[in-house]
Amino acid sequence: MRTIFRNAHVCDPSQGIDKRADVVVDEGKVLAITEHSTPYDVGSCEVIDCSGLVLTPGLVDLHVHLREPGYEYKEDVQSGTAAAVAGGFSAVCCMPNTDPPLDEPSVIRGLLKRVEEVGVARVYPVAAITKGLQPEGLSEMAALKEAGAVAVTDDAYPLQSAEVLRRGMEYAAQLGLTVMTHCEDKSLTRDGCMNEGFAATVMGLRGMPSVAEEVQVARNCLMSLYTGCRLHILHVSTAGAVRIIRWAKEKGAPVTAETCPHYFALTDEACMGYNTNAKMNPPLRTQEDCDAIIEGLLDGTIDAIATDHAPHATHEKAQEFALAPFGIVGLETAFAVSYTELVSTGKMSLSQLVDRMSCQPAKVLALPGGTLQPGSPADIALFDLHRGWTVRAGEFRSKSRNTPFEGWELQGKPVLTMVGGRVVYRHGM
Amino acid sequence: MLTDLISLRETEPTDIRRLLDTAQSFKEVLERPVKKVPTLRGKQVVTLFYEASTRTRVSFENAAKIMSADTTSVAAASSSVQKGESLLDTVRNLRAMRIDCLVMRHPQSGAAHLVAQALDIPVVNAGDGMHEHPTQALLDMLTIRQHKGRLEGLTVAIVGDITHSRVARSNLWGLSKMGAKVRFVAPATLLPRDVHRLPVEVYTDLRKGMEGADVVMALRLQQERMERGLLPSLREYSQRWGVNTKALEVTKPDCIVMHPGPMNRGVEISDDVADSGRSVILEQVTNGVAIRMAVLYHLLGGEAAG
Amino acid sequence: MPTEVKVMDAHEMRRALTRIAHEILERNKGAENLVLVGILRRGAPLAHRLSRLIEQIEGTAVPVGELDIALYRDDYRTHAVSDIGATHIPVDITDKKVVLVDEVIYTGRTVRAAITALMDLGRPACVQLAVLIDRGHRELPIRPDYVGKNLPTARQEFVEVKLEELHGEDSVCIRKPDEER
Repeated sequence: MRTIFRNAHVCDPSQGIDKRADVVVDEGKVLAITEHSTPYDVGSCEVIDCSGLVLTPGLVDLHVHLREPGYEYKEDVQSGTAAAVAGGFSAVCCMPNTDPPLDEPSVIRGLLKRVEEVGVARVYPVAAITKGLQPEGLSEMAALKEAGAVAVTDDAYPLQSAEVLRRGMEYAAQLGLTVMTHCEDKSLTRDGCMNEGFAATVMGLRGMPSVAEEVQVARNCLMSLYTGCRLHILHVSTAGAVRIIRWAKEKGAPVTAETCPHYFALTDEACMGYNTNAKMNPPLRTQEDCDAIIEGLLDGTIDAIATDHAPHATHEKAQEFALAPFGIVGLETAFAVSYTELVSTGKMSLSQLVDRMSCQPAKVLALPGGTLQPGSPADIALFDLHRGWTVRAGEFRSKSRNTPFEGWELQGKPVLTMVGGRVVYRHGM
Repeated sequence: MLTDLISLRETEPTDIRRLLDTAQSFKEVLERPVKKVPTLRGKQVVTLFYEASTRTRVSFENAAKIMSADTTSVAAASSSVQKGESLLDTVRNLRAMRIDCLVMRHPQSGAAHLVAQALDIPVVNAGDGMHEHPTQALLDMLTIRQHKGRLEGLTVAIVGDITHSRVARSNLWGLSKMGAKVRFVAPATLLPRDVHRLPVEVYTDLRKGMEGADVVMALRLQQERMERGLLPSLREYSQRWGVNTKALEVTKPDCIVMHPGPMNRGVEISDDVADSGRSVILEQVTNGVAIRMAVLYHLLGGEAAG
Repeated sequence: MPTEVKVMDAHEMRRALTRIAHEILERNKGAENLVLVGILRRGAPLAHRLSRLIEQIEGTAVPVGELDIALYRDDYRTHAVSDIGATHIPVDITDKKVVLVDEVIYTGRTVRAAITALMDLGRPACVQLAVLIDRGHRELPIRPDYVGKNLPTARQEFVEVKLEELHGEDSVCIRKPDEER
């Protein structure tokens, strides 16, 4: 069946398109972007009036915790992908810290089978770099890649041994796999639960210094230069990390980086009152860090905005701050928070934002999507940028409610998401 | 109107003053042969302690008993944690037994805040992790005021492990709100990040930090700090940052010496100082009962008691 | 038009207290073994005045104590007092004749609390009660022994006693509630 998105503001930075046009979708692929779609309107054809709406390639999230298998009470493939498409994401990369972890081909295949059955977005598994995400012992990366893994990572269990990282990168490089790293020197963050700074000092909480992230960002960038392995730095949160990545890119290191909306929209002040919904790792930092991150997004030092969507059950967050788990949900707020904080404020153009949330993340791992080039999969998101809305965690598709943005007034609402030509999400359309 | 006492940072100066004034009045009751007044008759006060403490728990229970409240002491000592029951479930169960007030100590910063948000009865923080210990600071302030006649304009040097001290934090907020100047004196490894942004003067040199002080407060040093590599040795600490007679030469002549207890004699405070005429450490303990009476009085009275 | 009626001025107050001083001496056959205990706050200055008057009449000083009843009030739960005074009685009251002094007796609950408070401090030989104003409406079986002035009032009215020591003037006024609300 054919779908025509009529009279949309089409924003596709991959082709430099930012204009009023119609988008024709046929057989699950983009057929044409045209100013005159009437000739295409033949046979059984759904015409969607997009007046006043922005149409972009579906957003791509490099960093999502779907929690399946093992933690289905927090999230599963069905709820996680439903949350993704409700946020305008057509594809997500899911992290391996599940139970069992994604360190075996069979687990990856099982997961992908579940995606086929109940998933509504594309899911690209990221495998564990080590067996069981343990400090050493490389995973069977070749077999994992064959099973469908698109990258390997140490997310949530940052490799402390430079030697293990080195061998992991060498091994991944020969397979063409990108290594995604969570940068944290655990000897510096020991027992820490939020940014080391004024707020932690006032609340009497043990801090995680920014330097703990930065020393590993530096080490890992150097290792990328040394091994030639493609490195993707997950969830950059500090000004120092931005500077180091900028330097590494100048040196020609094959390094990419992502940040998350909360790292430019919030500071560690959000933890005041022991707000466990503002607790994640790396932790919220300071205003200077937020500013540097936005700068990094603008100059391309940071390639992508990901969510690090990390669902946790309400009872897990309703604990003493230090005991509550790290992580917040983000899929259903990422676009609006970013649009409100970056585009509405005039710091960034809409097409820059779409580039950072769709085109670049697809590019980082060479994933399909992130473009509306004719012939590419019809992964499309439609946004009403004029619509203001209030974040109500109770209305999330996600199983979890752990957002620091509860009650925020945001601008820009995803109203329709299409994956492979199929409309998987509609809101008031 | 006070509904809970969680931190002095979030307590209004007028409430601090009222608690101090009330405690001063209540001290008379402690001197009576029959230490019993009927004020809180029929009230159930529970002390829930997840950390060992003799002094503070006994002080709260005495305060409650003098005012005729019934007290129940729950030494949680992580037993319920081992059973897997969450803190909130534990306190909701206590509340379901129709208790009227919860006094709690917990090793995690913010625990009292969490509980106070969940319960509709007054919650008193008897120490939460490295955050605050408001009644300790109030009794310290009462003791200082009894000796100096005021708090405004005084210089109070707090010496020792600032990073890990809830006593230091509560005293900082309380004293600075009452117009005293607070100094933190500690080795660099025991000063928290961004400490300079607090309303405090910071010193790593003991002599400079104690110069002209009206009050010196020595904090307890935990052995654990050495094990974690924050300090080289007890010997070096006591030589450089121990409060002893020599160190007191630079303070005001009428400077008083305080300690929240329990003391490590010979480490953060020398024997001769602890037992000298300048030491008001035992008065602090007496004032503790009066302060806790005042806190219970104000929290359990008025509309807030419902 | 708000109504505030002055029912006693400084002269009348002095005469009333002088009469009470005489009555106390008469009833107790002198000042021996007497202790005057004023209920904080307004009862305390009145107790001191009575002591001075008794000394003028009898030539003997009578010890004066001050009693704070905040810890004994039965309406504590709805009316926690923020302005709390300290109890101070300079002598052991056991076997003494104690005269409680307050400015107004109304429901009797304050006096009930004061008697309980007093009993916690010792075992007096007897307790008597002196008040400047009795405005009626008792809720407990309590009756003053010495009264400066009986003042019929409505429940919604407010009797305000001002004292030189606390307010810079001596007077008693009745206020209607209209102006309060």
